[in-house]
Amino acid sequence: MSKTTQAPKALRGVGNFIDDRFHLAKTGEKNLRKVFPNHWSFMLGEIALYSFIILLVTGVFLTLWFKPSMAEIIYDGSYERLQGVPMSEAYASTLYIDFEVRGGFLVRQIHHWAALIFVASLVVHMLRVFFTGAFRKPREINWLIGVAIFGLAMVEGLFGYSLPDDLPSGMGVRILQGVMMALPLVGPYISMFLFGGEFPGEDIITRLYMLHILLIPALLLALIVAHFMILWHQKHTQYPGQGRTDKTVVGTPMFPAFAVKAGGFFFFTFAVTAGLSAFVQINPIHLFGPFTPTSITSGLQPDWYMGFMEGALRIFPNWFDLTVFGYAIPTAVLVPGLVIPGLLFGGLAAWPFIEQWITGDRSAHNVVDRPRNAPVRTGIGVSGIVFYGVLWLAGSNDVLSETFSIELYLTTYIFRVLIILGPGVGFYITKRICLGLQRRDRETLEHGYESGTIQQLPSGEFIEVHKHNSDETVHVLKSKPTITSTALADDADVDDKGVENPEARKGTGKLRRALAHWYTKDNVPIDDVEAHSGHHLHHSAAEGEKEAVH
Amino acid sequence: MTENNTNDNNEAGGATPERVVGTPKAGEGVVSGSSAAPESGHEGPYKASETHARPEEMQRRGEKIASLWFVLAFLGGIGFLASYFVFGPEAIAEPQIAQYSNMLLGGTLTLAMFGIGAGMTVWARQVMPHYEVASPYDELPSNEQEKGSFGAFFMQGADESGFTKRPLMRRTLILAMVPLGLAPIVLLRDTGPLPGGKLKNTVWEPGRRMYVEGTHRAIRAEDLDNDPNGMISALPAIDDEHHPHGISLNEQAKSVVLLIKIPEDDWQERMKEEVEGADGQTRLNWTHNGIVAYSKICTHVGCPAALYESTTHRILCPCHQSTFDAANAAEVVFGPAHRPLPQLPISVDDEGYLIATGDFTAPPGPTFWDYAKD
Repeated sequence: MSKTTQAPKALRGVGNFIDDRFHLAKTGEKNLRKVFPNHWSFMLGEIALYSFIILLVTGVFLTLWFKPSMAEIIYDGSYERLQGVPMSEAYASTLYIDFEVRGGFLVRQIHHWAALIFVASLVVHMLRVFFTGAFRKPREINWLIGVAIFGLAMVEGLFGYSLPDDLPSGMGVRILQGVMMALPLVGPYISMFLFGGEFPGEDIITRLYMLHILLIPALLLALIVAHFMILWHQKHTQYPGQGRTDKTVVGTPMFPAFAVKAGGFFFFTFAVTAGLSAFVQINPIHLFGPFTPTSITSGLQPDWYMGFMEGALRIFPNWFDLTVFGYAIPTAVLVPGLVIPGLLFGGLAAWPFIEQWITGDRSAHNVVDRPRNAPVRTGIGVSGIVFYGVLWLAGSNDVLSETFSIELYLTTYIFRVLIILGPGVGFYITKRICLGLQRRDRETLEHGYESGTIQQLPSGEFIEVHKHNSDETVHVLKSKPTITSTALADDADVDDKGVENPEARKGTGKLRRALAHWYTKDNVPIDDVEAHSGHHLHHSAAEGEKEAVH
Repeated sequence: MTENNTNDNNEAGGATPERVVGTPKAGEGVVSGSSAAPESGHEGPYKASETHARPEEMQRRGEKIASLWFVLAFLGGIGFLASYFVFGPEAIAEPQIAQYSNMLLGGTLTLAMFGIGAGMTVWARQVMPHYEVASPYDELPSNEQEKGSFGAFFMQGADESGFTKRPLMRRTLILAMVPLGLAPIVLLRDTGPLPGGKLKNTVWEPGRRMYVEGTHRAIRAEDLDNDPNGMISALPAIDDEHHPHGISLNEQAKSVVLLIKIPEDDWQERMKEEVEGADGQTRLNWTHNGIVAYSKICTHVGCPAALYESTTHRILCPCHQSTFDAANAAEVVFGPAHRPLPQLPISVDDEGYLIATGDFTAPPGPTFWDYAKD
């Protein structure tokens, strides 16, 4: 270890220059000492952040040549197979980037891959936060910001996908416009205003371009900065472990270790994105041809994050379509277009507050839950994933039908059934698995862990030797919180003076008690467990019976 | 944002927190073979008990491996710059060469990025000590005294400003904001025209011939007999020199039709019923010699319903699988579409070319709330 205690002169000069103007020495040191807990799942959000940076950099490069214009021209560029074909300038300039700008093809593909990875990583990051309860107080607002980032990222991706004006790209815009038209009363107006007239018009790409490169990225950047500043201010959550409490965070300090690790991870993320773009072709627009509103190919698939919307549009039937006084209310479009994303984003945004309302838990949490220890929440999360996943698969029902030789309409019926049954089944199974894992945790706590060593006792009996749990394991297992709700406390509905709260008799009070019961009823208690540290050589009959009781 | 936390006791310098019970003691590092005697002569920024220095030998090996990665990254970076010049702008016009160029540029870039990432990781894991530093979470709510002080200060200020005491001023200020708040919405008015009748009318008119989509060849009734699928996608015969297609995309999107030939015996009930408000006409009257014309744009969300199965006379939209029965007034037989595809009344002119005899029976394209109103 070197003995440097004084910075070199040049560095001191820069430091003093800054400090003279901003008084930053103390703040700077404190922030460089900021501690970041270690866990692989904490890197998911980092991937999202780094993909966003890659998107900004590659996006700027693409704007150097892209022309957001729908003026129709006859292509005479260097890609021979489309010469003489009428197309928009947007499509022609994208071909220019691909075939006349060196590295253009690569950067465009990096941009597309990074977009897919951006949305994917932020979804997985969000799931991590959900399943571990990291959204709880004091982090609800950061959760809401995250939900907003998710929503904006989807829209941003859709608009970016629409810009090159190739056939699938334009069809995405067409579907967007078709959904918009279905809105009662305002639909045709919104469509006319957004498109500057009828579909496709001559303005939409110019307008989407502005939204894609200016407005939405600015919002995303602002939200991401806010997200990160809040994280920095509140410090990161951590998994349970020795020394890790709601009051103390244990991890790697920003300087020097975390900075180097995070920096390295940025380069890994970029390397993976670049590698995919080099060897796994994505969105080869030159093969699709220019958009015309009259052509289509079968097997058309949107980018993955729009798949659930596409699936919803495919499987929701027209059985509930209404005609009111001769006005059409096409619920087959409105439900997939509005209700389903509304449920998804609304549900995500509301969950922290719903959970808080059910449990009445107003305390701050810095140590996250292991998902198994909050079985109802984990079950709900999985049923959400199943719901989303079924819709997502339904978005590929024609491809599935083709690949697995299932009749096309049959796939639709299968998905209609799955979307209703799947979430419930997912909830039930997940909750059972969680409770099973809780039981195993209890057993491990009680008897140590299975060593795999079989021993024969003098009496002839065979036993498996259980070994001591490490202190760390005991600590983690013992940290399991008992889920309770203030709604179920004996005096929950009675105030200090013994007067019953009139609210408690009303519908919401009853609902809250019912939900609280449902939320807390299944729990494998560990309070009575004497943390046994292994040594099961003396596996007595009494203990065997005790186990059978559980 | 963080610098004003007075209750943050992880402050710079001196007052580092106590070692928390349970964190590894000095000398029993998480990484095997770590730190022989970190306490002695430790001068790192963090407490020795929280710093598990790597043995010198490991550090030396780590330095070598990290440097190797960085050299590889350097070579990758040089390779990237070189690949840029290997294939010139003329060469990449050929898709196959563009592909090679892409792989070479991307591959070298990947190597450069991966090398730096790997080198930095080795640096952090083998050269740098392993830190497990404990630090307090800030107590987030301010204490009662601070809250009270802030509250009192704020209310005094608010009172003094007169905002609460002088309602006339407050209300007129809010009033003044209202029109300004509406201004941005009003300013968006010119982003597009009002729908008016635009969505309900197309360029089809009596006597208008039709072209095979993508050509300027007018269609004769016999053409359908010669077509193996018995289906032709057609556009109004318009040659406007302002548009490369001869007709604007907007008009294409509304007026494109599917011409389908259906055997005499296969017509279903709905074709023979009288159409409301059409002077006793049936839909069959609007066909010619077994040829029927339907809008090609799906009434669901507007994809072209381009797939036709001649044995069942079904039209299928490949986007969301709305299915229409061409032999039965394009009724929806499956899928999410709200209403049948609008029919275009057709006939032939003196020279035997297919012509429209009017506009669509209903507005083509995605269903909107007042499509059925005049």
